[in-house]
Amino acid sequence: MTGATKQIVVNPITRLEGHGRIVIFLDDRGDVSRAYFQVPELRGFENFLVGRQAEDAPQITSRICGVCPTAHHMAATRALDDLFKVEPTKTAKKIREMLYSVFILEDHSLHLFFLGGPDFIVGPTAPKGDRNILGVLQKVGLEVGKKVIFMRKDLRNIIQELGGKVIHPVFGLPGGVAKGVTEEARDRYAKVADRGVEFALFCEKVLEDLVLSNKDYVNMIVSDAYTHRTSYMGLMDKNNHVNFYDGMIRVVDPSGKETEKFRVQDYLSHIAEHSEPWTYVKFPYLKRLGWHGFVDGPESGIYSVAPLARLNASDGMATPNAQKLYEKFFKTLGTKPVHHTLANHWARVIEIVYAAERFKELVNDPDITGTDIRAIPTEKPSEGMGVVEAPRGTLIHHYKSDERGILTGANLLVATQHNSARMAMSVDKAARSAIKGGVVNDGILNQIEMAFRAYDPCHACATHSMPGSMPLRVQIFDADGKIYKELSR
Amino acid sequence: MAKKPKVAFYWCASCGGCEEAVVDLAEAVLDVVAAVDIVFWPVALDFKVEDVEAMKDGSITVSFINGAVRLSEQEEMAKLLRKKSQVVIAFGSCSHMGGIPGLANLWDKDSIFDYYYHKGPTVQGQNGSEPLMKVEVPEGVLELPSFWDTVKSLDQVIKVDYYLPGCPPTPKLLANAVQALLSGKLPPPGSVLAGTRALCHECNLNESKPEKLLLKELKRVHEVQVDPKKCLLAQGVLCLGPVTRGGCEALCIGGNMPCTGCFGPTDEVKDYGAKGVAFLSSIVDFNEEKDIAKVLEKVPDPVGLFYRYSLPTSFMRRTLEVKRE
Repeated sequence: MTGATKQIVVNPITRLEGHGRIVIFLDDRGDVSRAYFQVPELRGFENFLVGRQAEDAPQITSRICGVCPTAHHMAATRALDDLFKVEPTKTAKKIREMLYSVFILEDHSLHLFFLGGPDFIVGPTAPKGDRNILGVLQKVGLEVGKKVIFMRKDLRNIIQELGGKVIHPVFGLPGGVAKGVTEEARDRYAKVADRGVEFALFCEKVLEDLVLSNKDYVNMIVSDAYTHRTSYMGLMDKNNHVNFYDGMIRVVDPSGKETEKFRVQDYLSHIAEHSEPWTYVKFPYLKRLGWHGFVDGPESGIYSVAPLARLNASDGMATPNAQKLYEKFFKTLGTKPVHHTLANHWARVIEIVYAAERFKELVNDPDITGTDIRAIPTEKPSEGMGVVEAPRGTLIHHYKSDERGILTGANLLVATQHNSARMAMSVDKAARSAIKGGVVNDGILNQIEMAFRAYDPCHACATHSMPGSMPLRVQIFDADGKIYKELSR
Repeated sequence: MAKKPKVAFYWCASCGGCEEAVVDLAEAVLDVVAAVDIVFWPVALDFKVEDVEAMKDGSITVSFINGAVRLSEQEEMAKLLRKKSQVVIAFGSCSHMGGIPGLANLWDKDSIFDYYYHKGPTVQGQNGSEPLMKVEVPEGVLELPSFWDTVKSLDQVIKVDYYLPGCPPTPKLLANAVQALLSGKLPPPGSVLAGTRALCHECNLNESKPEKLLLKELKRVHEVQVDPKKCLLAQGVLCLGPVTRGGCEALCIGGNMPCTGCFGPTDEVKDYGAKGVAFLSSIVDFNEEKDIAKVLEKVPDPVGLFYRYSLPTSFMRRTLEVKRE
């Protein structure tokens, strides 16, 4: 296209060129001709996993992300069950899922208060200096802030106790876990679980009170700028209820109809990845439909993962309070699937409630203190796939090994990668809607940023941008490539 | 009132775990915030590179830098912070020794791109594009940072005064380091701010460690369910505690898994992996080559085992020129 006269670069200086930026091209009317979302990072994990001992994969791959290390650790562990052809024991499965529920609860609530939440709780156009955890504390009160800090600490202590370390845990082994739950520990965890459920319901209430009761926010959530009609993917139990640890991968089309349901072992028949020369991230798409560019609709192979996608792809939640909220969610927004990206925040608190309730169920399960925590592999290892729902969406690990259990191949489809195409579209669409006639200000830029922050700021396990207030630098170039305006916030 | 010391945090190529470790100070983070002025912390606070550039040289009391260095801008930022800081602390295994991303030094850019964009199972046969440093799109020109062939530790690009080891460092060690800085009781430059002895000395299982460690058989972690009350080495599991610096309080061993060496070597050792290999050869209780080979079948990936966190700082690191496009 000709006539693109100005270029705006939104560069999170937190990451400099490291982790993600938005480049916006304006046409000569000052409207957006296209916004590009670039992820300029690649670390080559798939390469350097080759040659490693397979049993080390859970610890090596957790280093993909220090914010959600437990997700990679668990996906790799599940792939090792498959690779070593060993069925984990009853107790091991329950300990894994309990630990994982604790992780989801902790990680999702971190997001609500520290990361994406400030946009809504403090307000999308509030001064930048207030749009962070401190602003959230002002809004909800210091008592609440303490509650959040101590809840996080209690939950992370459980992961540390069972997993050795909370950042880069070590519990996962093919066929089981390295450490069991004593009765004494179970009693302590049960108390945390009781408080966890209370805390989760409180989180949901915070969101409802501050966000859903505010008509302006709700209008923003349902506005066209933040809407894409794509397919949705998520891991489901046998009742098609959301499950983070186990199940079948289910895909629904933009009308909500189930189009695919498969075991992770069949993922290569269903998913392929497209690449573009202007970003390091790859764009997964549904093979059945093919890659047709950055477009939505029923013919597009682009799909979405993460909380909203999971709720859309499911028939319900497996725990009582989460199920009630699930019904309210779709009733309030009036359709299923819900195509509004910003509804991810609400979907996330419903999952917080589910994770807390599931944690409570499992910690009170008599099997949880069993001593059968390991099944030792006896078969020759060859190939294995594993899937979990990371907080940020479906996470697939795939390994091949020789008979000694030395890895000969690896393929990883990380959560935010599945969202990368939809995220690219979201940023483009939000930019088109927010910038008209060359008018650019702080609030507008935040609205564009919100488009991808709704998917999650630790996006793609590639950017790991933690803050609610991501510092940005914006440069507007004229046709000669000279800066005519510079903004920062 | 005396001026508070100025502190900066920065991250290079990292997973974000070191930042989480700072957040894991939990309520103690408030004490730190009360005692110092944080002048730069991109992950949490809105200060710009320009703000750092405008500071007087040496005006930052201490900069904590985590992550390995693999992009030119990371190197530039490290150099800028070096100029503005009295003290630079390499924070975490990646910055200290290259870390797990440093295992990528077994490959180079071309082989990584080839697999990731052309040969992997979800891309093969598609004839897809790979990232270009500069590409014309219909609306204009887009640029990407170049991807180095080689991952570096922080002290390979700037002078480092102290090291806080670990993947990640524990909040306790961080708090101790801040305390030491505030009180001015700093150890000699170049020190690693953790334990000075091997991990075994602080391990709960040390009492069950045999006086003289000699093994006729090794076991890989997935092959054995360990007795949580007994030294892992005594059970044939290759725990690297004896060659690894202490300070982490044996967290992994508390999870019934062996130490994998993220704290790096003790003071007198320069090459962690070489020390690890020497240790291994000292505990294998055989003299015949074929017997030894049999035991070593359980160590099929010595690079991944002994250099898991330190390949970029190994004596055996390659001497390839770093391409800067």
